[in-house]
Amino acid sequence: MRRVAVIGVGNSKFGNRQDVNVAELVFESVKPAMEDAGVSPKDIEYVALGSAGAGAWYEEPLPAVLAAEYCGLTGAGVVRCEAACATSSAAVSIIYSAIASGQIDIGIAIGVEKMREVDTPTAVEFIGRAGCYLWEFHNFGLTFPAYYALHASAHMAKYGTTEEDLALVAVKNHKYGALNPVAHFQKEITVDEALSSYPIAWPLKLYDCCPISDGSAAVILASEEKVKELKIDTPVWIKGIGFSSDTVNLSKRDSYVGLKATVLASKRAYKMAGIGPEDVEVATVHDCFTIAEIMAYEDLGFCKKGEGPKLLREGQTEIGGKIPVNIDGGLKAKGHPIGATGCSMIYELTKQLREEAEKRERQVPLKNYIALAHNIGGTGHYCYVTILGR
Amino acid sequence: MAAGLPTIKSRKLTVIHNIPISKIEKFWRGLKEGKVYATKCKKCGAIHFPPAADCSKCYSSDMEWIELSNEAELETFTHVMVRPATFQHYEPYTVAIGRLKEGVKVLAWLTGAKLSEIKVGMKVKLVAKVTPEGEPTYEFQPI
Repeated sequence: MRRVAVIGVGNSKFGNRQDVNVAELVFESVKPAMEDAGVSPKDIEYVALGSAGAGAWYEEPLPAVLAAEYCGLTGAGVVRCEAACATSSAAVSIIYSAIASGQIDIGIAIGVEKMREVDTPTAVEFIGRAGCYLWEFHNFGLTFPAYYALHASAHMAKYGTTEEDLALVAVKNHKYGALNPVAHFQKEITVDEALSSYPIAWPLKLYDCCPISDGSAAVILASEEKVKELKIDTPVWIKGIGFSSDTVNLSKRDSYVGLKATVLASKRAYKMAGIGPEDVEVATVHDCFTIAEIMAYEDLGFCKKGEGPKLLREGQTEIGGKIPVNIDGGLKAKGHPIGATGCSMIYELTKQLREEAEKRERQVPLKNYIALAHNIGGTGHYCYVTILGR
Repeated sequence: MAAGLPTIKSRKLTVIHNIPISKIEKFWRGLKEGKVYATKCKKCGAIHFPPAADCSKCYSSDMEWIELSNEAELETFTHVMVRPATFQHYEPYTVAIGRLKEGVKVLAWLTGAKLSEIKVGMKVKLVAKVTPEGEPTYEFQPI
């Protein structure tokens, strides 16, 4: 296996992007990624584009070829991949493997989602169907917030986690989102605002939920030989990738206080990178809903099971704490254009590891330069954990 | 990035999928008779709910039908306020997961209970029924 580095990253503005179609939105992240890497489209041998809702919440069923044409990448190998909300982490993994194996030297992973071309009930419908349609949606109309609400209920019943604990996740992530120029929401909120917001699926309220966002992000990867040839100043190396899955039916899970896929995927990633959770200095975790961030702390090993709320209350997951988490605003405030989230996490961590975070207040002080991206698809249906280092 | 910018509308398409149920038809028939069935693998004994025609444990397709007991213990629940497009005409509903004595769990609506009265660990019964629209389904009810 050859070493593989991130050599260029780009991230579009996330938000309600009625000003662009899907191809134009992809261009907004691919162009800066190319400029960042100092490469041109002809250097790219393989394109893995992650988009979960192609043909559903936007009109194009084959976005990978469309994006390749629009960005001048026609002729390269092209694939669209899907791992629900972990879609573009899967795209990064595909390009990683192609380079590590020696098949190619440079490839690009792109994530994109255009979710605001349909009305909100229709978007809620498509995301709700993305569990097990036949056994969970057809008769029971389970929504994505409801899937996580089932976990919040169970966590509250077992560990005494409170609605205020959930609100603290939202307040923290909005604080950092307010400092992130690409975030959908760039405004701080208070615990009271979060607690008094509209109920979506008990116990989750509006501010416990990520917004429905449009956005794209792109990550260019290269072999060690190419890194030298291109004289890349600060390559960010992929130290480990771990993946796992869980049952599509929630009724087949052992418990609802954590996500087993996170535990398995992170163990595999830590092993490959030769590190443990205590070595991670900054992390982006999958906070599609506030409870998801608390479960991620526990399942990734940042604290013991059930102690996620304590870690949060002590401020240990803020900049200056033991393990700063979602210092880009997370899915909660930055937005969660489903297919774009994985690449957007790598974008943020690459900037952090290069000490280039915008705005400067968001830069995490680093000693060993180890970062972790935790990307869940569905409700722990898929999990990808990517460990990066300098 | 304000809304209200110019767009064109895609052509309207209505999609309805015909989902095959021939291999598990007894389950859907059973609901109309007030029974909730699971499948049990004759080779390895694994019980499958939702019912499966093929065993994921041993890959046998030699299955028998068993009727599930109706007593369940609630493992978790939520109350869905913001509903999907095709559920807009329902009042907000409660979804719960209950564990049956056979060891399998069932996800279904919990009806007839106030949200404030629902607790993780409470006993509920599993009931097969036909909806007012004529669709077979199953739900939990308080005991």
